[in-house]
Amino acid sequence: MLEKFKKGLSKTRDVFKNQFDILFGGSEIDDLFFDELEEILVSADVGMETTTKIIQSLDKRLQAKKIRERAAAREVLKELMVELLEKDQKTSLAAAQTPPTVFLILGVNGVGKTTAIAKMAYRFSQEGKKVLLAAGDTFRAAAIDQLEEWSGSVGAGVIKHHEGGDPSAVIFDAVNAAVARGVDILICDTAGRLHTKANLLEEIKKISRVIQKSLGTEPHETLLVLDATTGQNGISQAKLFQEVVPISGLILTKLDGTARGGIVLAIKDITGIPLKLIGVGEKKEDIQIFDAREFVEALLA
Amino acid sequence: MLFSGLSEKLQETFRKLRGKGKLSEKDVDSALREVRLALLEADVNYKVVKNFTASLKERSLGAEVLKSLTPGQQVVKIVHEELVKLMGESQSKISSVDNPPRIVMMVGLQGSGKTTTAAKLAVLLKKNGHRPLLAAGDIYRPAAIKQLEILGSEAEVPVFSIGKEDPVKIAALALKEAGKEGNDYVIFDTAGRLHIDEELMDELGKLKKETNPLEILLVVDAMTGQDAVNVAQSFHERLGLTGVILTKLDGDTRGGAALSVRAVTNCPIKFIGTGEKFNAFEPFYPDRMASRILGMGDVLTLIEKAQTVVDEKKRQDLEKKLRSQTLTLEDFLEQLQQVKKMGPLEDLLGMIPGLNKVGNQFKNLSLDDKQFLQTEAIIKSMTRDERLRPEIINSSRRRRISLGSGTSVQDVNRLLKQFEQMKKILKQINAMDKGKLKNRGMFPF
Ligand SMILES: Nc1nc2c(ncn2[C@@H]2O[C@H](COP(=O)(O)OP(=O)(O)OP(=O)(O)O)[C@@H](O)[C@H]2O)c(=O)[nH]1
Ligand SMILES: [Mg+2]
Repeated sequence: MLEKFKKGLSKTRDVFKNQFDILFGGSEIDDLFFDELEEILVSADVGMETTTKIIQSLDKRLQAKKIRERAAAREVLKELMVELLEKDQKTSLAAAQTPPTVFLILGVNGVGKTTAIAKMAYRFSQEGKKVLLAAGDTFRAAAIDQLEEWSGSVGAGVIKHHEGGDPSAVIFDAVNAAVARGVDILICDTAGRLHTKANLLEEIKKISRVIQKSLGTEPHETLLVLDATTGQNGISQAKLFQEVVPISGLILTKLDGTARGGIVLAIKDITGIPLKLIGVGEKKEDIQIFDAREFVEALLA
Repeated sequence: MLFSGLSEKLQETFRKLRGKGKLSEKDVDSALREVRLALLEADVNYKVVKNFTASLKERSLGAEVLKSLTPGQQVVKIVHEELVKLMGESQSKISSVDNPPRIVMMVGLQGSGKTTTAAKLAVLLKKNGHRPLLAAGDIYRPAAIKQLEILGSEAEVPVFSIGKEDPVKIAALALKEAGKEGNDYVIFDTAGRLHIDEELMDELGKLKKETNPLEILLVVDAMTGQDAVNVAQSFHERLGLTGVILTKLDGDTRGGAALSVRAVTNCPIKFIGTGEKFNAFEPFYPDRMASRILGMGDVLTLIEKAQTVVDEKKRQDLEKKLRSQTLTLEDFLEQLQQVKKMGPLEDLLGMIPGLNKVGNQFKNLSLDDKQFLQTEAIIKSMTRDERLRPEIINSSRRRRISLGSGTSVQDVNRLLKQFEQMKKILKQINAMDKGKLKNRGMFPF
């Protein structure tokens, strides 16, 4: 698991590695050290606010521990970033006492929701679970076909209506079907929507109400999918989706590129929403359970 | 948080700078620190910001600024000017074809919006009298071909697709088809790919070599962060881009990626995508983008204008009314009079951080001078009662008002409709910005 994860992050790491080697290879900790660290973190999309916080607490800890060499600072920094990512966190995905477990997947356009759903479905069905998908994106052209095509190759069923249909009606049917068929896990796809569009956010509320009603409980996980290339707007995405429905975690996709997804640190810092899964490619097996230590270690390796 | 940043902080800095006479290096530094922060918050690449602020400092410390009476304002003016300059000229067009058909290739990362943008471009070209053909070259993502086919049929633009064949072959056959059917542009949708994916980047290289595209357009998600430079650079080095299209600008992203991409490729940003519909496709305006990235709108101009024109007490009253949605035609008139002195409403809204996007909606509400006079005349011909409660204006009142103002009943109707529309928009703003604007204290109607 660690290997595969590291492989997924290898490009991310390579970029980081050089910089960090230079950073921690130097001798003494001075202002320049903090400037360089700032550059690295900001360049990884951590954002100024959280970067400043990290640097301040690093500085404090280094002073408390009387650490003066850059090499020794690395461990402290690592520790600190892990702590931030792990704070109050349950990384694993929730499961229902009595199946079905229902996951609702949300996010802005094109971040990788449908693909992430396919990957999750594959993972669960590999574990021997019975998985059903709900084609809740009735808006985008061919979105239903996309999910259907995936479902075949990942071993999951699909509940669909037609393009232009009411997404909450699809979800309603899917929940009922999941119960009736004794499905273990139901994963609901939704149309990509910008977090600033009030009417589209209303639709999510409705979907969530429908699940609540037909299932008798909230979705076990409501996951916001975030593209690793996303910059500071990710914070706004997290905040505004969070205002609509409680978001239980993030899925960070496209970590196989050169983007480092540092925005998740800012999101965790600012909203408390933890990262749960990471996407590291376009194939069905390219998904990993997020592990803060591995993540940070891979970054600082 | 959303649109704070530079606007407020710089106002703060201005306040400190104002009346201090000349600008010291320390002043410039402190203003530039805020500028730097704003640019980073807007996702402009760290290195780009570094170079930019360095050159700004040079310019700001010049005599030009030191001689100025309001140095703080000048710093911001310089920032904005330089940003606009960096952003380049607006070149919102597709090169013309001498020997049709020619390929316009859409490239970019996964999920950046290529397929939708391809369709939007086709619609635009068609509107301009061209005969585009869409070609489905994304052979990897499930149902991508189908997606383009559906979009094509909705847009009434023909789509060429032969399933999951070699993209070079698809392109060649699409060109052939276009030649036969008399299409001038072939808009070629490609699969999203990572810029570090050697194999897939090679595929694009081959496509370029074999089909000699007229344009190669990089489609970039406006929410992209620091990585935008790597992406743009890689695509540009490999393919020689001819232009960039920024998508998803209908959200609240500040869009600093625009600056990053522009800085590393020097390619014109040709269009921006502002929604999922075909017509949500606009020319790129460097000055608007600069304002957006700064997150300030043209706050400086706004401050100057608002302060000279709007009486503070009146402004507060009006703001209260807007908030409580008890805006009357009397306020409307007063506002029009003020706005007349300040410039078009949409421009004003564009200057208010957070409201830029709403500004667009006012486009059809803006009035030229003649209309201004007419509107004024109409409202002045109303009784006070009518101005306060426009719903009482029935048809006989409308006739009277039109006679009194020397306009037609239609003119009166139009004004009343505009007023209604404006109230609706204000309601939206209120709903949208509930709370968000509270502390901004700047509502210059
Ligand atoms: N490289 C890479 N590409 C990914 C990853 N996840 C998704 N993608 C690609 O990103 C593109 C968009 O993915 P989708 O799953 O369709 O995204 P979506 O959020 O469902 O999109 P909409 O429904 O249109 O909003 C596709 O080309 C995917 O193959 C990832 O982890 N790495
Ligand atoms: Mg989808």
